[in-house]
Amino acid sequence: MKTKDATSQSWTQRLANPTRFMRLSGIVLPWLTAVAVAVIGYGLYLTFFVAPPDYQQGETVKIMFIHVPAAWLAMMGYLIIAISSFGLLVFRHPLADVSAKAAAPIGAAFTLLALITGSLWGKPMWGTYWVWDARLTSVLILFFLYLGLMALRSSLDDEALAAKQTAVLGLAGVVILPIIKFSVDWWNTLHQPASVVKLDGPAIHSSILVPLMVNAVGFSLLFFALHLKAMRNEVLRRRVKAMRMAEVNEAAHNQDAAAATAV
Amino acid sequence: MSGFITLLKRDLLLAVREGGALGTALGFYLIVVTLMPLGLGPDLNLLTRIAPGVLWVALLLAALLSLPRLFEADHDDGSLDVLALGSLPLELVAASKSLAHWISTGIPLALMAPVLGILLNLEARAYPLVIGTMLAGTPAISFLGSIGAALTLKTRRGGLLLALLVLPFYVPTLIFGISAISAALTSPQGFQASFLILMAISLVSMVLGPVAAAAALRQHMQ
Repeated sequence: MKTKDATSQSWTQRLANPTRFMRLSGIVLPWLTAVAVAVIGYGLYLTFFVAPPDYQQGETVKIMFIHVPAAWLAMMGYLIIAISSFGLLVFRHPLADVSAKAAAPIGAAFTLLALITGSLWGKPMWGTYWVWDARLTSVLILFFLYLGLMALRSSLDDEALAAKQTAVLGLAGVVILPIIKFSVDWWNTLHQPASVVKLDGPAIHSSILVPLMVNAVGFSLLFFALHLKAMRNEVLRRRVKAMRMAEVNEAAHNQDAAAATAV
Repeated sequence: MSGFITLLKRDLLLAVREGGALGTALGFYLIVVTLMPLGLGPDLNLLTRIAPGVLWVALLLAALLSLPRLFEADHDDGSLDVLALGSLPLELVAASKSLAHWISTGIPLALMAPVLGILLNLEARAYPLVIGTMLAGTPAISFLGSIGAALTLKTRRGGLLLALLVLPFYVPTLIFGISAISAALTSPQGFQASFLILMAISLVSMVLGPVAAAAALRQHMQ
């Protein structure tokens, strides 16, 4: 690996270099954040002032503008963790674990957001905050999976071991994603089936669809911005830790040397 | 293959001679089921209705209780390291241990269920269904549980963490085990689909479980 020069590496390998990652992400992050804030601002403007109330759902349809993007990102967060886990276990990318670690709390937050907004919407629409419907249940399981990933990581003291074990769990848990995606098709339950991403075009009127997609793009950008920031924090945290360890080692070494000369 | 059989025999023999693990699991199963009527009130109609679900949930909890021991003893006395160095792939070691766990814990728990069903006023025609779905579903519990057992081998407070990691994986098994029973009790056609999916889950977990557990065990060895 060390003999390879930069040109013969694939782009993932080049980005996997933490120094290069820090430089690039430092340039990208402020712009990404600015665009995310702008798009979410525009999306919220569309949500509250432009989008018409639904003829059945009334104003509560506006909860969907938060709920749907959050639910998508809950799944995308897990997908990022799964891909990062694969990258760590198979290619041993140094940044893969940083990415998996950073994505877990963000994904869990979006999952919780999807669950909460969903139940707030469910109360006026379905008459109850919670039903044990296939989609709701599988998203709740996804939330537990996120918690499990974070708990497993924090329970192992050895960071390298924790990274690999979390990656094994992250890959094993990927079976939940198709279950969530297809739960509404397999089981005919209360939660409505997919209506935006369909082969024969979306089943939603454009006056609702456009604000929804703007919000989805805005939330996705927010996710990436948060993920990038969390990754940068993690890289810096590891550097600080490495420097502290080096300091301690040096101090111990000096002490030994001093003791040796004293004798 | 002979190594696989030998290891399986050894684990089963250990389970029989140690004895304690199975007794604890069965005792826990009995106590959880006994607590249910105390908490819900002794209404027999209500108990009949919820009996299959209570038996299944209690079985999951009892199996969960026995899971931490799956690799622990072998890890503590070093025989897991020897097994990892041997010619038998670690995947097959994990499969053998999971199979031993199923035979020594899963089957007894499933066979104990009808006895506990009496306490819950289980319908007569539900008895074969409960045993059948549990025998078909408990392999998934042992094989998926081996993932959690391998991951939490060296963690602090391993048992609680194991429950958090493994329970999400158990949800499909529980759902289809229960839906097979309730489908058979209400309409004769619905049983087959759920039962076949339940068996499919068990078969998938027999492949997924050992591979993931072996991957986790290898990280501990390094």
